[in-house]
Amino acid sequence: MKNEFQVIADLIEKDKKVLDVGCADGTLMKFLKDNKNINIRGLEISKEKVQECIAKGLTVIEGNAEKDLKQFPDKSFDYVVLSQTLQAFLNPELVLNELLRVGKKAIVTIPNFGYWKVRFHLLFKGTMPITKTLPDEWYNTPNLHMCTIKDFFHFVKSKDIKIFKSLALNNLDKSTINQSNLGVKNLFADLGIFLIEK
Amino acid sequence: MNTEKNIKTLIVEKPLKLDCGKTIKDFPIAYETYGSLNSKKDNAILVFHALTGDQFVTGINPVTNKEGWWSYAVGPDKAIDTNKYFVICSNVIGGCMGSYGPSHKDPDQKIFGINFPVITINDMVNAQYNLLDHFGIDKLFSITGGSMGGMQVLQFISNFPDKSKTVIPIATTSSHSAQNIAFNELGRQAITADSNWKDGNYTSNDTNPGKGLAVARMAAHITYLSKKGLQEKFGRKLQEREDLKFGFDADFQIESYLRYQGSVFVDRFDANSYLYITRAMDYFDLAKKFNGNLSEAFINTNAKFFIISFTSDWLYPTQENKDIVIALNSIGADVGFVEIESDKGHDSFLLDVPDFLSALKNFLDKSYEEN
Repeated sequence: MKNEFQVIADLIEKDKKVLDVGCADGTLMKFLKDNKNINIRGLEISKEKVQECIAKGLTVIEGNAEKDLKQFPDKSFDYVVLSQTLQAFLNPELVLNELLRVGKKAIVTIPNFGYWKVRFHLLFKGTMPITKTLPDEWYNTPNLHMCTIKDFFHFVKSKDIKIFKSLALNNLDKSTINQSNLGVKNLFADLGIFLIEK
Repeated sequence: MNTEKNIKTLIVEKPLKLDCGKTIKDFPIAYETYGSLNSKKDNAILVFHALTGDQFVTGINPVTNKEGWWSYAVGPDKAIDTNKYFVICSNVIGGCMGSYGPSHKDPDQKIFGINFPVITINDMVNAQYNLLDHFGIDKLFSITGGSMGGMQVLQFISNFPDKSKTVIPIATTSSHSAQNIAFNELGRQAITADSNWKDGNYTSNDTNPGKGLAVARMAAHITYLSKKGLQEKFGRKLQEREDLKFGFDADFQIESYLRYQGSVFVDRFDANSYLYITRAMDYFDLAKKFNGNLSEAFINTNAKFFIISFTSDWLYPTQENKDIVIALNSIGADVGFVEIESDKGHDSFLLDVPDFLSALKNFLDKSYEEN
């Protein structure tokens, strides 16, 4: 299991109710269910991935986060997880609001467009950056709204969303992001992980 | 049609008050079982059949000598694995495979015909509930069924919220739509317009309204398939002829196919039962009792739901299945949902659709492991 999922799992206490939005093949769901006794649900758009989740015995709903989150009542989950998908929505702000409505807290991870390798790629090669967390070409990437850790940090502050924890991840190296080190983290982390609440 | 041999029957002595206000008692429910009930009695699956189904889910139906209606899904090592699970299915009341229905005799020994009380999906499941007592099963492992079978699944768990661990409605709806009612009405009109129908008294002189019933079946059969499926299978292919004959014989293969479907149906199904069962489907509106709030129908159950729809099913489309998912999510129920890609229309649930069968199998087996 990738390090990102371990960090997310560490943010969630045992016996909670969690919704994994864009749960893919259910790797994180299975880990949370087996190791933390989490009452876990998934929402996934891909039929193939939904089948993989069912084969793992996970409760998953085939659906689209931009349309199908509205069926869940307010604060019906302790945590709602969205891993590296926010940038792929047509309207990320709307989805973020829905995550914060449905979940008491939300855990959102974003691939950082401010990461130094991304900046170098664009600066020296002059082509759209391709990295481990941004593996696709410009013409086939699902990503529509790339942002940096700094962008996201400022965005949530401006929307009066409370940040409980913000973590910078670079391979196995995990560190805390705060107002004073934001510039540095924005340069050296390829992934940002935010625990937020509204 | 209704031979007594090879039909297992439970006589329900307890009076059952029907939605129409009448009470029935000492009535038969015909059932069949597959696999064996384990000592803990925790491996039973109650399967509900659709409009024209019966209790003979799999293997060879001893009355028609044809494959059971859900042979693709039920059997040893299949999605509903009879090596593992004890499968029970009964003929719905109003039906014609041994359960109490319009071809039975009233207390005065006269065949009911349309004097049989109008029954509902609610009446069907209340009648079938007696099978649990009969087998000494406190809680089923699962209930499942497609189409009208799915309606019974929903009604059953609403009526008996703690009687099944898992609940699998397939290609169904919580409320019959205007379009659904319209197609059923077309079928009923075809039957009653047949001069042999004789206000439902045809059985007394042994001439069946076969033509009307065949037309009803033909019309319904079209609704079970998709346009794409029909086009790919038949297109404009001609039936055993080089060219059009400029007449009204079956020039096209699709015509011949529908005529065949109609004719074989008449051999195994009772026209009055068709009237009664389609009526029950039309009356089905699970949320009605709860002032239109479907969630209320499921508020008392902790069962784990898994809802399945098919992309090309326009009779019970994905959205109607999703409405059930939405109602369950709004009360925090444990519900999974998948829409299976298939161009086989509503009939997909009866056919060899591997993604469907593997989803069904995985859900059941994984849920049973967690037992």
